[in-house]
Amino acid sequence: MANGYKTLRASTVVTGVAKSLDASFFAEWASVVRDLLSGSKSFYLMILLGAAIVYFAAMGGLDAMRMGYRHAYAVTREIPWGILISTYIFFVVTSTGLCIVSSIGHVFGVKNFMPIASRAVFLSIVTIMAGFTVIFFEIENPFRMAIYNLISPNLTSNIWWMGTLYGAYMVFMIVEFVMLLLKQHRFAMYAGLLGLVSGIVAHSNLGAIFAMLHGREYWYGPYLPVYFIASAIMSGCATIILFTWVAYKASNREMEEPMKKSMEAIGKLCTMMIAVLMFFTSWKLITGSVAGGGKVEAIRAMMAGPYAMNFWVFEVGMGMVIPFGLFLMSKWKDMKMMAVATFMMMVAIFIMRYDLVLIGQIVPSWHELGVSDYPQLLSYTPSLHEFAVVLGGMGMVAISFMLGEKVFKGHKSEDH
Amino acid sequence: MKNKIDLDNLRKENLESLPDMERRSFLKMGLLVTGVFAGGSMLSVISNIDKVFASKAEMKEKYPYKPHYSMVIRQDRCIDCERCIEACSKTNNVAEYGYRTNILEKVTPDAIGQKREFIAVLCNQCNNAPCVRACPTKATYKDQTNGIVMMAQEKCIGCKVCVLACPYNARYFNEEKHAIDKCNFCYDSRLSKGYERTACSEACPAGVRVFGDLSNPDSDVYKLVHQIQRPVWVLREESGAKPNVFYTKG
Repeated sequence: MANGYKTLRASTVVTGVAKSLDASFFAEWASVVRDLLSGSKSFYLMILLGAAIVYFAAMGGLDAMRMGYRHAYAVTREIPWGILISTYIFFVVTSTGLCIVSSIGHVFGVKNFMPIASRAVFLSIVTIMAGFTVIFFEIENPFRMAIYNLISPNLTSNIWWMGTLYGAYMVFMIVEFVMLLLKQHRFAMYAGLLGLVSGIVAHSNLGAIFAMLHGREYWYGPYLPVYFIASAIMSGCATIILFTWVAYKASNREMEEPMKKSMEAIGKLCTMMIAVLMFFTSWKLITGSVAGGGKVEAIRAMMAGPYAMNFWVFEVGMGMVIPFGLFLMSKWKDMKMMAVATFMMMVAIFIMRYDLVLIGQIVPSWHELGVSDYPQLLSYTPSLHEFAVVLGGMGMVAISFMLGEKVFKGHKSEDH
Repeated sequence: MKNKIDLDNLRKENLESLPDMERRSFLKMGLLVTGVFAGGSMLSVISNIDKVFASKAEMKEKYPYKPHYSMVIRQDRCIDCERCIEACSKTNNVAEYGYRTNILEKVTPDAIGQKREFIAVLCNQCNNAPCVRACPTKATYKDQTNGIVMMAQEKCIGCKVCVLACPYNARYFNEEKHAIDKCNFCYDSRLSKGYERTACSEACPAGVRVFGDLSNPDSDVYKLVHQIQRPVWVLREESGAKPNVFYTKG
């Protein structure tokens, strides 16, 4: 372990890295290739399936580009943000959550959170990349973004802050992961801290994109930036529990004692975060039910209108109440039960993001004027092209996860 | 005794000893209260003016556009012939799947007599434009001279946050232009070429759309906005966008 370093200087990083690059390091990496070639039939089958999904998704995305998003996607002038935006949010919420949960061990030194750090950091990189891929197929001129984000920044824009900080975040997380591989834990810690700070600020800015639209009652206010952070922690916990369980199950490994302890600790944090989200959701409903016209209309759509099933069955049932019960019943030791709970949560969280994005738009902006040109509530159903891109993002995460388990040998190197 | 009140040297509490300012504000309050009871409508007109007047001193200071382009919609004159929409589309290459200006229809079934109203809407060229704040790349911006909310098309990344930010549904993504398209008071197509009015204003047969310079007391828009005989209002005032499109009747 590289504990001897007092200050973080470029030269110390270089010497530290150089030290790690000895013969044993290369020997270890040579074995990675062997490992990759030694997978079981089902492993290659799964990789193939994932690759097929990503391939068809890429075709779908490119086809949408060729057709023009106006024709390929179901978004309209009145509902310009659809399932691709909500999927992007889903991925970056997961990424930020994984970063936060991994930092509890890696940056703040809580022992029980250390065994999951490598996998969590790896998955946080994978999910943010999936998010960026989805948003690439959502934004009309993604290449202009790279240029004008740099040469014509608008510092009052939340999107600018979010994009810039998430860019930095991804770099920090990659550096952290590489440092973890090289066993440079001190540098990994610094990179992790920078990643954590930029990730949290970026993520609350993502909430603020919605929260600062003063013509949109359903979103407006300080609620969302705070809610986003809380729900990110919940998502991060759920994701790492589920993926760790799958990793052990797929490789037929018995969970080591420290990992079991880690799962227990994260399970407890997850349960607590569900409770926090229950509070958030309850008060959103209760305050919203006495709000101005447009907001009441949106809340009604969620509780008893077209989004009622999404809300009650998925968000409340599968996202909060049932997993909360399952966690309690599992006593945070029954891994299978926790896996079921977290799987349900992942599905529900996806729907939560969808509802958050859509319900904010279904009340027409002329609602208060009482004009007859628009229906009471606007509607949106994702198109096939949109579904394809969504599936592609998920396929990307699945493949990267499987390959990551092989290449990084089940992320076993947390011996610090 | 120490706490004894010194009656001889106590100041009189009559009118002479009341400070001027206090007296004035008391009188003002009295007038206001009387106003409420004497004619609620008068008060509401006055308070409306406070809200919509674009040329109060502080507004002038904060938004010192010259010319300060603005439009007054004489709402009850609109007959929904849609010649304004047609003229706008032709003049500004508006896509057939989009619009820069629109006519909304409001039906009041319980009203006596006329039950149908038409409300012309367009970009309100807001002083505190939510779209301008939200745009990540300054692709949409306030022109510092004339206050028009402009588009720098080449900078638009097509994230559509401005479409959501706009309280007036005044923006759409134009495929051919690869950017958001919106009303700019015909700046590039007419005003910059020496025309004095927008295409919609010129095309309207009923004189609904009065266009002009709000910073010029001789202009029609200035006169229509700065009077209390008729109500003047703005749409979605609660959004705090401080729009430059005003509505009136008559």
